[in-house]
Amino acid sequence: MSGPQDIHEYLAEFEDIPGTRVFTAKRARQGYNLNQCAMSLMKDENRARFRADEAAYLDEWNITPEQKDALLKRDYNRLLDLGGNVYFLAKVFSTDGQSFAQAVSTMTDMNFEDYTAMMVAGGRSPEGNRSIKDKR
Amino acid sequence: MARITAGVGSSHVPLLGVASDFGKDKDDYFGPIFDGFEWTREWEKSEKPDVVILVFNDHASAFDMKIIPTFAIGCGERYKPADEGWGPRQVPEVEGHPDLAWHIAQSLILDEFDMTIINEMDVDHGLTVPLSMMFGKPDAWPTKVIPLAVNVVTYPPPSGNRCWALGEAIARAVASFEEDLNVQVWGTGGMSHQLQGPRAGLINREWDNRFIDGLIGDGDDLRRIPHIEYLRETGSEGIEMVMWLIMRGAMGRNTRALHRHYHVPCSNTAIGHVVLRPDNGEGLDMTGSDAAERVAAE
Repeated sequence: MSGPQDIHEYLAEFEDIPGTRVFTAKRARQGYNLNQCAMSLMKDENRARFRADEAAYLDEWNITPEQKDALLKRDYNRLLDLGGNVYFLAKVFSTDGQSFAQAVSTMTDMNFEDYTAMMVAGGRSPEGNRSIKDKR
Repeated sequence: MARITAGVGSSHVPLLGVASDFGKDKDDYFGPIFDGFEWTREWEKSEKPDVVILVFNDHASAFDMKIIPTFAIGCGERYKPADEGWGPRQVPEVEGHPDLAWHIAQSLILDEFDMTIINEMDVDHGLTVPLSMMFGKPDAWPTKVIPLAVNVVTYPPPSGNRCWALGEAIARAVASFEEDLNVQVWGTGGMSHQLQGPRAGLINREWDNRFIDGLIGDGDDLRRIPHIEYLRETGSEGIEMVMWLIMRGAMGRNTRALHRHYHVPCSNTAIGHVVLRPDNGEGLDMTGSDAAERVAAE
């Protein structure tokens, strides 16, 4: 099929999906150090140092004050806005001993119990969640 | 001659690794998920693939942001389970098939796919969870594995069409390998799921099942689904389903479904899998009780 695609049109469509941050090159660039910092928590010795003094550990990384603040607060939606990617941020959840579902529920308007009940009942419906402008 | 005898599409949810490793696979939550793989585990015992070309994505385990290959093929001797932050899974090491892997890599590059060659890496749940689901808990995995990693994290991932075409090229590469090998291709990841943001937890049962339907038979509509449709309809991580299209492309023009299974939820996701037989007149149907003998006789 696919002939040449307009990269601007391709990227613009991602902004129309409700409640979703697509990990575009722009975010990948903005979040490079943030994601590499999160990645460092795959090593046990780094997890131990992070737990001992989170702020001091984060100071070792070239991340912005906003990224540092959002990390300390575990404000995952803000971290996504600042270039974080969920697979990298997962290293923070696991350092905290949280499951993927627990951490992911904090990004929604539900508590973990309600989020789990929603998943057991079949998950969040795509109805009304596909497009902001078309309200569908 | 090496030949592709079957394809499997499957989710690779990390929680299933935990459930398998800690013996929770029969409880109320996980029972219906693992039961759906029972047929496939029995079937694999008679199929006895020599090699599985296992298409997966790395979840910031072997690769970080330093290097982001779109398509990478493992040509190493063996791969250890990765430490994803809570210690490596206690599952067997994965044995590679360097001769076939290098052969495929060369063939793909000549076929104008710019592959990244990997000789050393650890493999994460994207690869080890499907092995657990299809083979249970053996002391050693009963097949060699060629890992084929696809970037579906940093945008843009490859198009569905490109993935399908890569599968077709893999089929040509396998068919030109002289050793007599029974090869399967697995496409893993998906089904619908979104792991991030306020829309997290999105599940689209209808779309997922239509996607599975589209893998069966001789249609090729799936290769034309644009990224935006996966994202809107199946959640931000539903894009992983493009990896199933590499498997489908490798099956040739026509397929038959031998088994399918779909369940919601598993953690944040829908889980599904499908077992396909290429049905292109090659006489590769090895289902049934005499399957093992037929493999041996060929």
